[in-house]
Amino acid sequence: MNKKKWLSTPYLVWMIAFTIIPLLLIGYYGFTGRDGSFTIENITAIFSPAHSKALLKSLYLSLLCTIVCLILAYPVALILKNKNVGQGGFVIMIFILPMWMNFLLRTYAWLNLLDDGGIIERFCESIGISYTSIIGTDIAIILGMVYNFLPFMILPLFNVLTKMDQHVINAASDLGANAFQTFTKVVLPLSLPGIVSGVTMVFVPSLTTFVISDLLGARKVMLIGNIIEQEFSIADNRHLGSGLSLVLMIFILASMALIHRYDKNGEGSSL
Amino acid sequence: MKLKRFFSQIYLTLIFIFLYAPIAVLIVFSFNSEKGSRFNHFSLRWYQELFQSEMILDALWNTLFIAVTSAFFATIIGLISCLGISALKGKPKAVYMSLNNIPMLNSELVTGLSLMLVFAAFGLTAGYPTILIAHITFNIPYVILSIMPRLLQTNKSTYEAAIDLGASPMYAFYKILLPELMPGIFSGFLLAFTMSLDDFIITYFTRGAGINTLSTLIYSEVRKGIKPTINALSTIMFVSVLLLLFFVNRPKKDSTKQ
Amino acid sequence: MKKQSFIVGIVLSLSLMLTGCIDKSNSEGTSNNVVKVYNWGDYIDEDVIAQFEEETGITVIYDTFSTNEELYAKISSDPSLYDVICPSDYMIEKMIQNNLLAKINWDNVPNVKNIDPLMMKRVSDFDSNNQYTLPYTFGTVGILYNTTMVDEDITSWDVLWDETYKNNIIMQDSVRDAFAVALKKLGYSLNSTNEHELEEAKDLLRSQYPLVKAYAIDEVRDKMINGAAALGVIYSGEYLYCTEENPDLAYVVPEEGSNLWIDGWVITSGSKNKENAEKWLNFLARPDIALKNFEYITYATPNKAAQEMVDEEYLENPAVFPDEETINRCEVFHYLGQEMEDLYYEMWKLVK
Repeated sequence: MNKKKWLSTPYLVWMIAFTIIPLLLIGYYGFTGRDGSFTIENITAIFSPAHSKALLKSLYLSLLCTIVCLILAYPVALILKNKNVGQGGFVIMIFILPMWMNFLLRTYAWLNLLDDGGIIERFCESIGISYTSIIGTDIAIILGMVYNFLPFMILPLFNVLTKMDQHVINAASDLGANAFQTFTKVVLPLSLPGIVSGVTMVFVPSLTTFVISDLLGARKVMLIGNIIEQEFSIADNRHLGSGLSLVLMIFILASMALIHRYDKNGEGSSL
Repeated sequence: MKLKRFFSQIYLTLIFIFLYAPIAVLIVFSFNSEKGSRFNHFSLRWYQELFQSEMILDALWNTLFIAVTSAFFATIIGLISCLGISALKGKPKAVYMSLNNIPMLNSELVTGLSLMLVFAAFGLTAGYPTILIAHITFNIPYVILSIMPRLLQTNKSTYEAAIDLGASPMYAFYKILLPELMPGIFSGFLLAFTMSLDDFIITYFTRGAGINTLSTLIYSEVRKGIKPTINALSTIMFVSVLLLLFFVNRPKKDSTKQ
Repeated sequence: MKKQSFIVGIVLSLSLMLTGCIDKSNSEGTSNNVVKVYNWGDYIDEDVIAQFEEETGITVIYDTFSTNEELYAKISSDPSLYDVICPSDYMIEKMIQNNLLAKINWDNVPNVKNIDPLMMKRVSDFDSNNQYTLPYTFGTVGILYNTTMVDEDITSWDVLWDETYKNNIIMQDSVRDAFAVALKKLGYSLNSTNEHELEEAKDLLRSQYPLVKAYAIDEVRDKMINGAAALGVIYSGEYLYCTEENPDLAYVVPEEGSNLWIDGWVITSGSKNKENAEKWLNFLARPDIALKNFEYITYATPNKAAQEMVDEEYLENPAVFPDEETINRCEVFHYLGQEMEDLYYEMWKLVK
């Protein structure tokens, strides 16, 4: 089948044109000033109070979101596996289906639920609990992130769990392991690739989001995504925006490298 | 054991409520007679306005057009590259696969921004072509990740036997490999279509004058207070997908009965 | 397997169907008789667009932005992206300086005669020989407040720093407007280029942060109508619409002074449809069209001929059409140079 190697070239050309060159361009702008001369100011700008605060906040919120997603999603995947629904598309569709309703609109709907005079407030009033709007707080943003990215955690976990050899689990319990031991010693380690891709697919978008914080943060919360987006859209400073993007990319790559150390198979592509 | 079953049922239900509550809210409010977060009384007003709003219908058309076209091209390019990748070995393969992973790891934000810069630098006027290129770029990795595992599972000897027996590579591919890859191709296409349909960030950075998808239209409307016409549209889209899903899954049940 | 190939069949035929239609959209995009308009969100009566298309046969490609800065970023990246745009005063000044605008051939826009000469004179403040700008709307920035939630008579910006309204204040989310409020409260010019003054203004805005419920631009309107906050910083043009929806709302331009802004239509230097753009300008300056737009967007029009058809009641309300006394308290924004702009933005990032 060696003849077929050339089939990989068209996409290689595509990737060079639309992935590599764009990244090099980000690098170019990141290391130049408005006047076009070389500078590292755009990189070191991350240490300015406004930027580092936003980056730390993004890291904190996205980490929290990833953990919450993992805790929520794992039981879902386990339950679905035990229900023996099979690899069937139906379950997957149930989790993909919300994505067919526009992402911005779904997030906006939370505003209807959570805001002052929203549905939750009126519900709380009717049963006599007081509720203060969480819009504009970190909680609202985490909620929006978890809501949007939870399916990305459930699907890889579900995939990896259903593919797991049931005999291995049976063997563990036959050999005297209790349910808890079977889980920690067998199921959990075997599901690591799923966890890795789930974590990747949740952590990266939540670290870089600017839309969720825009919609649910009452524009009081500035994440690193907001800062970068606004450097381009408002401050018209693509140099600073590119510099900060480079820093953000370094953070993503570093965390990916960290996560993928746990992915011993190195495939990590259980989606 | 029963108790465990009971709790897992409750847990699943709660997760579903969490995922579908906002959607329920959107659907309910599409039947609201007034704009705003208070439900007045039932009305089909927004459904009527929907079909008169050229802006929304244009955005819908753009969204579907971009999603179908980009998913279509991404699937074809992805399929071809998968065949090529399977012939690669060792280091080149590893490099190729990590290049392929870049758009997924890179975050939509950086992908969108970098493409915007490239289009501007090379004087490409933002428009349909730039949006399509951007969407295809971030869709291909998903297609490849869907098809690759299938391709690795296929039995190569059948294909080779067909060639030995005198089938042309094209014919053997069409008759033997393609049917086996079909589920992967299909899920790749569906994934690409969905990602493109739901994308906001990349479109936001690469769109041109007057071209709105539903996402960018909603983003600009959010600031002025969304009119429930968009809710109405989303409701229609959601219900049609639901019906399609139902329709596709029904024959399965029948066959298990038999 | 059959099922899946069936679906693939559906999807493929759907995509073929759609690609078949692409010709339609392409021909629209490339045909010569178009004008590409970039305007503020919800800043025109949509019927006016349809009427223009009908009367001139020109197809309007219409798009919206929500801040001057966003508009500038788009136009500076590619001046041919749009033909005719609607920035505010200081942004027009910046665009003129950066060669992003084309001079209007006033012979093609005879309706400019309808514009109040006094307004043309004000415009010459930032467009020195009246070569680029057709004024569209004007007004002030002030405080919109809900009289059921605020008992006192508001006369000063100070109220936006009053602890009693904690979580009841909606602040402007654009750099210059937010700084204008703080600079005016401190008694400085809203075109200040003094670093110490800006530093002070930044600290003031920072101290306001805990009291602010939300930063917003266009959303201020809906939030105030819904009674989500007691006080909101808003453009005078929104006042009329707001009181019609919620009669409890009142508007005041604080006595420390505020911003007088003018939005105008200008043509981009990269415009490939300049004549069509001029037709667009001329159309908008027609009295009946200006009136129609005023009635829809409720922002004061500088069109004298249209003003004559507006209700007396509105003309005499300084919240809608600012009177001389109010205008004298106000300042027009000026473009302060790239360096100053970067400094303003750097400070603004420290506020949140």
